[in-house]
Amino acid sequence: MNDAPVAVEQPSEQAAPERRRRVYFLNSAGVRFAAIYTGLLAISAGALAMFLWWATAGLLDRQVETAIRLDARSLAERWEEGGLPALVLTIEDRLAGNVDDDAIYLLVNAQMQPVAGNLGQWPTPVQRTDGWYELQVQRAGIRSLARVHRYELPNGYHLLVGRDVRTRAQLRQLLTDALLWAMLVVAVMATVGGLVVRSLFRRTLANVSATASAIAAGDFAQRVKLSGRGDEFDQIAEMINDMLDRIGRLMDGVRQVSNAIAHDLRTPITRARTRLEDAALHAETAPELRAAIERATTDLDGIVAVFHALLRIAEIEAGSRRSAFARLDLTPLLGAVAELYDAVAEDKGVRLAIDVPENLVTCGDRELIQQAVANLVDNAVKFSPPGATVRIQAMMTGTGPSITISDQGPGIPLTDRSRATERFFRGETARSTPGAGLGLALVQAVAQLHGGELRLSDGGPGLVASLSIPAPDERRIDGNPGVSSSAVQRP
Amino acid sequence: MRILVVEDDKDVAGFVVRGLREAGHVVEHADNGRDGLFMAASETFDAVILDRMLPGGIDGLRLLETLRGQQNTVPVLILSALAEVDDRVRGLKAGGDDYLTKPFAFSELLARVEALARRGKGEGPVTKLTVADLEMDLLSRQVKRAGQKIDLQPREFRLLEYLMRHAGQVVTRTMLLEGVWDYHFDPQTNVIDVHVSRLRQKVDKPFASPLIHTVRNAGYMLRPETA
Repeated sequence: MNDAPVAVEQPSEQAAPERRRRVYFLNSAGVRFAAIYTGLLAISAGALAMFLWWATAGLLDRQVETAIRLDARSLAERWEEGGLPALVLTIEDRLAGNVDDDAIYLLVNAQMQPVAGNLGQWPTPVQRTDGWYELQVQRAGIRSLARVHRYELPNGYHLLVGRDVRTRAQLRQLLTDALLWAMLVVAVMATVGGLVVRSLFRRTLANVSATASAIAAGDFAQRVKLSGRGDEFDQIAEMINDMLDRIGRLMDGVRQVSNAIAHDLRTPITRARTRLEDAALHAETAPELRAAIERATTDLDGIVAVFHALLRIAEIEAGSRRSAFARLDLTPLLGAVAELYDAVAEDKGVRLAIDVPENLVTCGDRELIQQAVANLVDNAVKFSPPGATVRIQAMMTGTGPSITISDQGPGIPLTDRSRATERFFRGETARSTPGAGLGLALVQAVAQLHGGELRLSDGGPGLVASLSIPAPDERRIDGNPGVSSSAVQRP
Repeated sequence: MRILVVEDDKDVAGFVVRGLREAGHVVEHADNGRDGLFMAASETFDAVILDRMLPGGIDGLRLLETLRGQQNTVPVLILSALAEVDDRVRGLKAGGDDYLTKPFAFSELLARVEALARRGKGEGPVTKLTVADLEMDLLSRQVKRAGQKIDLQPREFRLLEYLMRHAGQVVTRTMLLEGVWDYHFDPQTNVIDVHVSRLRQKVDKPFASPLIHTVRNAGYMLRPETA
């Protein structure tokens, strides 16, 4: 039984997978399952045969023994009632009345000479009185098989009671033969069944391994085929497919981001490069040159800032910042952000209204939540027309604090809303304002790191951004004001 | 001031050393961890600028830990391309006094190093800050200029206090964000400028000479007009 190559094998990837496929016979899981199947089948068939044996042949043996015992007891009673003549008479009666002609009696005197019965002489092997003997006897000229027992009677008489078991022996022979044949059939069936199990196993796995190989070779569109039976194999296949879908989405995301980086950074890099080259070629005076270099430096600083923001988002998404989680009260944190932006808002003629209850205790990374809220407020102030109001609100929900920042700016159209948190995405209305399109992506990443979410909705007019930071239960119940988030001045 | 620069990148080191010398400091340079540790341990400096990733078997953090293990309290500014928040935390935990990520603006580096070196002087706790005719009483939280009381919001008070503590030095916007607001990220909008201009309205506008000056491409400086 050599391992046949899997049928779905693709010619392109022969080299490496070939080694994997030549699984040593005993190491093959398919063979192991088949062997287990065979073994289980053999054990159950054997158990069944043994039960059959016990139930038929064994039962017959026991019946014979019971009959002999009863016979012997009644004969002994006859001896007690009427002595030797009564016993002899009874034995002869019984022999005469024995229709099946299977009874065996022999009564001998102390000199072992037969007194009554249908055996010519006492069989020499029968010496003990506490066991059963199965032996060949000569009875009326016919050799036969008998099961006998020896009983002692008073005055040195010995009694042999038995039954002819020739037919039973034949039955036993028949049964043994039948069971042996049955075992052979079972062995054949087990082997065939084992092979079938193994090939089923292999075929099911071949489906998965073919998909995996195809994906490893670069064809990411491949999926494990479902049999449609909804069995365990289908469940595994579905799980694998779900996993592949998720990986696919992540890969798309990475591709999108790298494309966006390449594209969005090209513009400022081009600008900086042009400025420098232009200055090198055309600047006449030192101040002119210096001014051009300074502008290019500013452009480069902008690029560095974008990189920094990207790395930070990646860092947050990687979840490595969870180590900095601590108990914290959002109330002073929100107050500080509002205070930071209050002056900017006022300069723009925008009113910054804050409505935050006490004790918004949760667990999280203070610095990240600070930055997320600052980004939202920054956006709200940036997009608000003069005379508008930006509201910072917060409340404690069942799961934890929820922060809402609403403005009266242009908002984000419904079609753009789901994409607004993508890196580098900038809606039509945002084109004219400065920014790289990374602010909401960072807020989203912070929300996800905290197990919360960022929801954008229409404020009619304006944008309503809700950021929820779920609090673990034990931290919410304990109502002490959290770690103060007010600024700590360095000495 | 005597400043030690431990940096293996020739371009960066040359640029930093030249800039610091132009600013009037005495600068020593080591281009690997071993020499850097030897110099920092055997000579006296007002500040050390330390790159994190160094050749020579001893990286920046090891150097710093060894130095601190010898009870050397020289102010150290870590300069590193490792920009993750955890990296900064690790650098400060190892005994760094400040952490600046590459790429950096020289003005930022200079401002921070000068602030560090001055802090290292340790004048002890003060209760009163004075710059020209501007006085700040840290206990009663009162600010007076030319004998005239100035009313400040708590945050404006903090901002002015920071500027006065660093009087005569350049203070960058990020230093203000970190020192006054404890924010370790760059807000997109120039919020700091607005706060400083508010402070100016109260501290400078009613008086003849301004004290808060804008330093181009760097930040702000609080100093008497004559200086």
